[in-house]
Amino acid sequence: MTSVRLDERDLAFLGGDEGEGARLAMSILVRMADVVGARELLDITAAHIDSSLYQGPATLEFAERLADGGARVRVPTTLNVSGVDEHGWREWDVSESWAAPARRQMEAYEAMGCEPTWTCAPYQTQARPGVGEQVAWGESSAIVFANSVLGARTERYPDLLDICCAVTGRAPAAGLHLTGNRAGQVFVDLSGVPRRLAEEPALYPVLGHWIGLRVEGRIPVLDGLPVRPGEDDLKALGAAMASSGAVGLFHWVGLTPEAPDLDAAFQGREPATRLRPGPAALRTARDELGSGLSDAEGLDLVVLGSPHFSLSEFAALARLVKGRRRHAGVRMLITTGRAVRALAREAGYLDAIESFGGELTVDTCILTTPMLPESIRRLMTNSAKYAWYTPGLLERAVAFGSLADCVESAVAGRVTRDDGAWTSEP
Amino acid sequence: MDLRAVSDRSAASGSGPLTGRALVAGTAEGAVLYSSEPLSFWGGYDAETGEIIDRRHPLAGQVGADRIMAIPATRGSSTTTAVLLEAIRRGTAPAAFLTRGPDTFLALAAIVAAQLYNRAPPVIALAPGDFDALRRIPRARVEPAGTVLAR
Repeated sequence: MTSVRLDERDLAFLGGDEGEGARLAMSILVRMADVVGARELLDITAAHIDSSLYQGPATLEFAERLADGGARVRVPTTLNVSGVDEHGWREWDVSESWAAPARRQMEAYEAMGCEPTWTCAPYQTQARPGVGEQVAWGESSAIVFANSVLGARTERYPDLLDICCAVTGRAPAAGLHLTGNRAGQVFVDLSGVPRRLAEEPALYPVLGHWIGLRVEGRIPVLDGLPVRPGEDDLKALGAAMASSGAVGLFHWVGLTPEAPDLDAAFQGREPATRLRPGPAALRTARDELGSGLSDAEGLDLVVLGSPHFSLSEFAALARLVKGRRRHAGVRMLITTGRAVRALAREAGYLDAIESFGGELTVDTCILTTPMLPESIRRLMTNSAKYAWYTPGLLERAVAFGSLADCVESAVAGRVTRDDGAWTSEP
Repeated sequence: MDLRAVSDRSAASGSGPLTGRALVAGTAEGAVLYSSEPLSFWGGYDAETGEIIDRRHPLAGQVGADRIMAIPATRGSSTTTAVLLEAIRRGTAPAAFLTRGPDTFLALAAIVAAQLYNRAPPVIALAPGDFDALRRIPRARVEPAGTVLAR
């Protein structure tokens, strides 16, 4: 029994009229609608699927249960990273016993009609949902981007549920789908950030990390920075908040679609909490992102691209490495999507990066495929998400630095960081 | 978004059983593994061993298998559900979850596990005061109505 109001189409799915796969998807969706207290389901126009990640036999079994049951997506649906670089996995340490089921899981999602985009940043190359558009997105970093930067509306869809929405074209009318639940809750006053630090791109992942730890699942509203962040900055900020916290939406006053001013961001309400990070707190947050690897220590791998590296990030990296060469003992890996790799190749950015000694992996990332050889123990990254998850998922030491720090360290063969911006005063 | 769904009434001040909302109903008994810190299962829980592997988490190094896991909520990655589903399949998952308000990720993994494997850990959403009281309960029994008894 359910208290969710279902329409004829929903009932047809539940009754098995659309096949066993679609019946299973709708039955899970209705159970979850009950859990979140939704009164009804609403139509979605697109989906982005994180369930494509292979996590062992259970996720493959779930995918094949749906696909073999004839489930097909009802809306345009993109795919997040998978468990393996479909064509390039043999270049790294991925075993056949991992690659085979991971590839089978990729095929199951393609069989359901999803587009083989294989990226955690589909908004970089695919059609973007518009302001107010109801969608069902998985992947925490993509969810926060869709809600905050694009102004689309998605709840934080976990693996296993995003595909149920795509297969039925429906989602519980709850959470971040509803206007009233999108009001800001925590005011983050950035007027204490020194100008020099505000101009440092590494501020954004660090700030996101700091905010996520403090707001957990609430909606932060940011204001008061003298610099306007770009899209890559907002990508890094959101991904960090969604890792250290459970943030699915933030507002940036005067920048993001639902925050033309402070009052609009809070929907006329008073913020429940106020935060004001200063330079000392942010410096501490930056250092917290590292684990077990200090300045001047040796290094095995510089890894960039979580969320997946964008074309403009490739441009910035190409400028930094042009005419240089990495230290013989340090590899450099960039994780990105197939579409962005093709664009970066076309734009000529990859020439400089490959001459430097950089390597690319597509479809996946170091956290989602077991690709790193045992000999790689010490990592450096400019991604808060990579830094946050590396100790637990990869059991390796990690240092966090800016993109420029990462390049300098790759050349020097040891961790070097320019502390200038982080020790500046307002 | 879901906090209103749980009553503010708290039994924590008394000595009686705690009653929450059973998002996924079931019976379980075991040692309570309590933390006031949210946990991401992806990067935080090893589905092969049941060990908590988030090195920054207070429960790092503890084993969650067969325990009554009391965490305020999950956090971070949307892959938490997939990791928990795999842990349930392997038999390395906690015996039950007690959370501070409803946690939809834990509920989803349990609901899908019930479909795939005919077994699911109960997931009980408690009022904040009741959740905090679990700190002092070493062992508990969870009943289908969402009742939690100290043992």
